[in-house]
Amino acid sequence: MKPVLLWSDALIFMLVVALILFFYKLRQDPQTRERWGEVFSSRLGMVAFTVILTYVGVALLDSMHFRKALENPEGLQTDEIFYDNKVTSALDVMLQGMGDRFERTYSAPFALISFEKKNMKDDEGNSIRDYPELEHAGTHLSDASQQLADVMAKTLVAVMWGLLFSLLAIFPQWLLLRSSPNPWYASWGVQAVVICFFTWLICISHHYHVLGTDRGGADVAYQSLKGIRTGVLLGTLSTLIMLPIAVTLGVSAGYFKGWIDDLVQYLYTTLSSIPSILLIAASVLLFQVYIDLNPDFFSIGMEKADARFIALCFILGVTSWSTLCRLIRAETLKISQLGYVQAAHAFGVSHTRILTRHILPNVVHIILITFVLDFSALVLAEAVLSYIGVGIDPSMGSWGNMINGARSELSREPAIWWTLTGAFFFMFILVLAANLFSDLVRDAFDPRTASRRSES
Amino acid sequence: MLAYIIRRLFYAIPILIGVNLLTFTLFFVVNSPDDMAVSQLGEKYVTPEAIEKWKVKNGYDKPLFVNDEASGIDAITDTIFFNKSLRLFAFDFGRSESGRDITTDVSNRMWPSLAVALPTFAVGIGVNICVALMVVMFHGTKLDRWAVFVFVSLMSISYLFYIIGGQYLIAKTWKLVPVSGFHPDGQVWRFLILPVMVGVVAGIGSGARWYRTLFLEEANQDYVRTARAKGASEISILFNHILPNALIPILTGVVVLVPALFMGSLLIESFFGIPGLGSYMLDAIKSQDFAIVRSMVFIGSILYIVGLILTDISYTWADPRVRLS
Repeated sequence: MKPVLLWSDALIFMLVVALILFFYKLRQDPQTRERWGEVFSSRLGMVAFTVILTYVGVALLDSMHFRKALENPEGLQTDEIFYDNKVTSALDVMLQGMGDRFERTYSAPFALISFEKKNMKDDEGNSIRDYPELEHAGTHLSDASQQLADVMAKTLVAVMWGLLFSLLAIFPQWLLLRSSPNPWYASWGVQAVVICFFTWLICISHHYHVLGTDRGGADVAYQSLKGIRTGVLLGTLSTLIMLPIAVTLGVSAGYFKGWIDDLVQYLYTTLSSIPSILLIAASVLLFQVYIDLNPDFFSIGMEKADARFIALCFILGVTSWSTLCRLIRAETLKISQLGYVQAAHAFGVSHTRILTRHILPNVVHIILITFVLDFSALVLAEAVLSYIGVGIDPSMGSWGNMINGARSELSREPAIWWTLTGAFFFMFILVLAANLFSDLVRDAFDPRTASRRSES
Repeated sequence: MLAYIIRRLFYAIPILIGVNLLTFTLFFVVNSPDDMAVSQLGEKYVTPEAIEKWKVKNGYDKPLFVNDEASGIDAITDTIFFNKSLRLFAFDFGRSESGRDITTDVSNRMWPSLAVALPTFAVGIGVNICVALMVVMFHGTKLDRWAVFVFVSLMSISYLFYIIGGQYLIAKTWKLVPVSGFHPDGQVWRFLILPVMVGVVAGIGSGARWYRTLFLEEANQDYVRTARAKGASEISILFNHILPNALIPILTGVVVLVPALFMGSLLIESFFGIPGLGSYMLDAIKSQDFAIVRSMVFIGSILYIVGLILTDISYTWADPRVRLS
């Protein structure tokens, strides 16, 4: 086994550490703590947060990559170890080979036979044309009529195990947090559902394709799970590339005014006047040309896909800072007129100190709200970009690529609906949780809504 | 007023030059004409002669900014920057990489785009305002909270699913309208009704939610309290007091989008096979035709700037307190 550290893996782990530090620091401020308390005092906030954490957890598991050592072929004796060209992740290990069970082509969820007919030989050697049996579904059954009972029995066992695991996971939390005023039970409920779902999925995927298979015969449920990493990473990385640009430019425009302000305003008006989809598409295409002309930079295919992915995050970040920058500039203009900033000036406090101590902490709420709101928008944008053909590399699983591959298959008879359903389900839950959470964060942190609430 | 508009138009010039420089850097400096030739010709046919021939044919064989070989004014005009970028200011878009005249294409394709985008826009605003008003009537009740939840859920569905779902249900299963296509005469509406419907439904979530916030902001104003104190009914408050006042932010918020309607919608047009500017852009992106992309970027930014100016004008028109100077 040889660990592989892709650029995006390194970035996501750095990012998680940075986020934890950031929130730890925020917690020290009593006012911020009170506002977070407000977010988490609602059941909806707890549920949304737990769902988001689950997605992030899966994304992190899927970011621990390694290459398996290949066994020496028969008769060859060397000390050198050869590694598989395919990159495996911790998630693949957890799912116990769910991604390795390929069929020939499409098959419906829980189906035992393929979706398309094939020329075969029957027992007597005659050529017939029929639906072939799947290689990895229901092989332990002697008769197709047992399937329903078998699925039921396996589900029951899996859910029992799932409940047991949930109990083990939730009991220590209960001991710690039972006297907390926040509705932790909502979070525990979600945790139990998530744990049961994954136990069930892993158990049953040994015997069936829960969401069927796609054109290439790959398991759709597995692909949907692989899409999680892409979605979560794209959402966070792009926002984090955008934040420093927007914050630096916005704060300095609002604080220093004069020609800096003019320049920054000019920059963001110019940038936002270009149709964003065209700008993104053009940049991605140019990067693609660059990769194609320099193929020797990347030793394995995965690194190439990864480079394109990071470039996409970078492009999305660089092209989307104008809205946040405008908001921060306006807020900084307002704050720098306030008495305490004027007083700091009069005392001869340096610019850096005024910016870091008096201005930045007061625009944090805008950054926070934008971060959560942009996250969901980016996850949705990924699907559109992949459809246009400037999104994620097709070799890297993503919901956009799944939708793109399956969008015309609904017109077949019978319709192939399961790929779209898989992508829809996983994407919708993540985006919904992020949207609901961003609503709550905004209600708690935005001074405008906060003051309106205290009035009423 | 006129002086203000003229001044704003002058402000637009540096922005357009900036847009131009940016696209020029992207297209010619990062990605040199040689790279473009390679990707247009395809890997198999790349020879130095073929690249040269392609560059001469498409006018990329000149220097980027300054032509040392030419004399006088030609030193500036006989360059890629002048021919490919500055000419856009005269609305001279030239020819696409595949040899078609971009100006004709754009003026032909504008109308199908408008035919879809304008009804979607108008019907969308109407529907969103009605839905938002209904929700505001029940403000503070359980119904209101559920409505917001439904809005957020609708927002969380990718646009692609609205299109795919609409085509599947209405066109394929119920066979009410054709799945896709466009025919300019006779029964255009048969082709338009589904794209417009999908566009409207896809916009309800975010639109109605935004209008609801605007209405609620107005509902907290003092004049509403006064109206209530003098005994006006809730219905009358909503329609006679809140609605007219909330129309100001709504108007100024949507006016900026009006010119951009000419550009059409990338997704709707490509899924429904409408020969508008949206699908034109998509085709250009897919075939990597940078001449078209460049022209569309330029048109798009002009329309955006026009939108900004219209927004300012609509402020004065809707709110007499605002004076432009």
